[in-house]
Amino acid sequence: MKARTLRRHFKESFKSLGRNRWMTFASASAVTVTLLLVGVFLVIMMNLNQLAESIEQDVEIKVIVDLAADEVAVADLEEKIRKTDGVLDVQFSSNTEELDNMIEGYGDEFGLFKQDNPLRHAFYVKAAEPQQTASVAEKIEAYDYTHEVNYGKGKVEKLFNVLNTGRNIGFVLVIALLLTATFLISNTIRITITARRREIEIMKLVGAKNSFVRIPFLFEGMWLGVLGAILPMVIVTVSYFNLYVLLEPKLQGELFQLLGTTPFIYQLNGLMLFMGVFIGVWGSFMSVRKFLKA
Amino acid sequence: MIIMKKVYKKYPNGVVASNGINVEIKRGEFVFVVGPSGAGKSTFIKMMYREEVPTSGDIIIDDINLATLRNSQVPYLRRKVGVVFQDFKLLPKLNVYENIAFALEVIEESPEQIRKKVNVVLGLVGLTHKSRMFPNELSGGEQQRVSIARSIVNTPKVVIADEPTGNLDPATSWEIMEMLERINARGTTIVMATHNKEIVNTMRHRVIAIEGGLITRDEVGGDYGYES
Repeated sequence: MKARTLRRHFKESFKSLGRNRWMTFASASAVTVTLLLVGVFLVIMMNLNQLAESIEQDVEIKVIVDLAADEVAVADLEEKIRKTDGVLDVQFSSNTEELDNMIEGYGDEFGLFKQDNPLRHAFYVKAAEPQQTASVAEKIEAYDYTHEVNYGKGKVEKLFNVLNTGRNIGFVLVIALLLTATFLISNTIRITITARRREIEIMKLVGAKNSFVRIPFLFEGMWLGVLGAILPMVIVTVSYFNLYVLLEPKLQGELFQLLGTTPFIYQLNGLMLFMGVFIGVWGSFMSVRKFLKA
Repeated sequence: MIIMKKVYKKYPNGVVASNGINVEIKRGEFVFVVGPSGAGKSTFIKMMYREEVPTSGDIIIDDINLATLRNSQVPYLRRKVGVVFQDFKLLPKLNVYENIAFALEVIEESPEQIRKKVNVVLGLVGLTHKSRMFPNELSGGEQQRVSIARSIVNTPKVVIADEPTGNLDPATSWEIMEMLERINARGTTIVMATHNKEIVNTMRHRVIAIEGGLITRDEVGGDYGYES
């Protein structure tokens, strides 16, 4: 195909948007509504996922060291824990530090124990993957000089289950929403192209090759996608920036943090634009194909 | 120019529209195809620009066998065969000039050539002054003239006309016939299906009569032969 012809298709697709302005409006509106839904839902899902991740990151194993362990044994144990498969980080906390923490947490009454500290040294261990916490704890429990290994057995498994189920439901919902969006948009495009089947018939009767008929429609599908994506991109961006400015100061120090605006919002915009263009082109391709076969 | 050998066409619903037609049309001829409704005229015409494919037999136009022509080659055939329809088949959102130019754009003609050729045919059909008007702003006769202009802008060797005067009043019909006569005089073969007795009887060209999917009469300088 000559570059001149491609330029013609490009120009023609623009003109056609104007000539069929009501169909353009209908298709672009379908893209706008569905992408807005997808965009808002993605913002919510990504932030909930962020919350789930921070909860998971908070899960740690507390290894209480046996009283019989001397300094060398404690150092050995630390080394062993550090080399254990699946361990990301190990922090040592002496019995003095443990008591300080207790006083800080429960009150000065515990200061009495400073004379004769009953607490033991401890290690705080983080698993590389939060889901591995239980298996890492099990391995550490078998080492010499571990008095007790504590990670909230039972509760952590339940928490992970809830988070995983939540993630899976969110994932299924996003996919379902995307499929619905694809169906809705391609159907609208199909209706608008059906209204133009006579145009396609005439093009073929005067000797147009299938590619000559198809390409302007594909360009048109692309513009519909771009036009339809603009409004959702603007709405989601402006709303999220405002929400971030409003909520971020109030969430300081809280477990739940909003995802930062950059690069998140740009990635989301890129995704919405890509989805709009993809669905527009795909919808046009499928619809025109039907008439080119006939 | 056009050769049909034992052309048989049976539709999926069992109707046989062509029952072994044999015919030869020479370069530069003007042929009327007549017959009652449902006799197989339309199928005969449609097979010539491969809107319909014969069930068996051969149709050869300018050395191309349409029966064995691959779908991907059909556009190239249609560029050699101009077609004029009863309902004009113009693109409603393109103006007169653009409708005619479209037939040249599909063959990727240069913009200068498109301008030159479209202006020539616009002059030929007498519509230069209406080139910026849209089909719905034209009379039926004018729309048919645009359709004729589009069919000849590629300088095809054959023009196939399927009841081109079917939607027009008698005076306009004669205008269209004069135009087709002029195109024929330049050496273009014309095959025209019609129900217009007066035109056939006045013009006295070759007449092919089709009934029940068979050629029942093939007469040079013949008349219509039916009550219209």
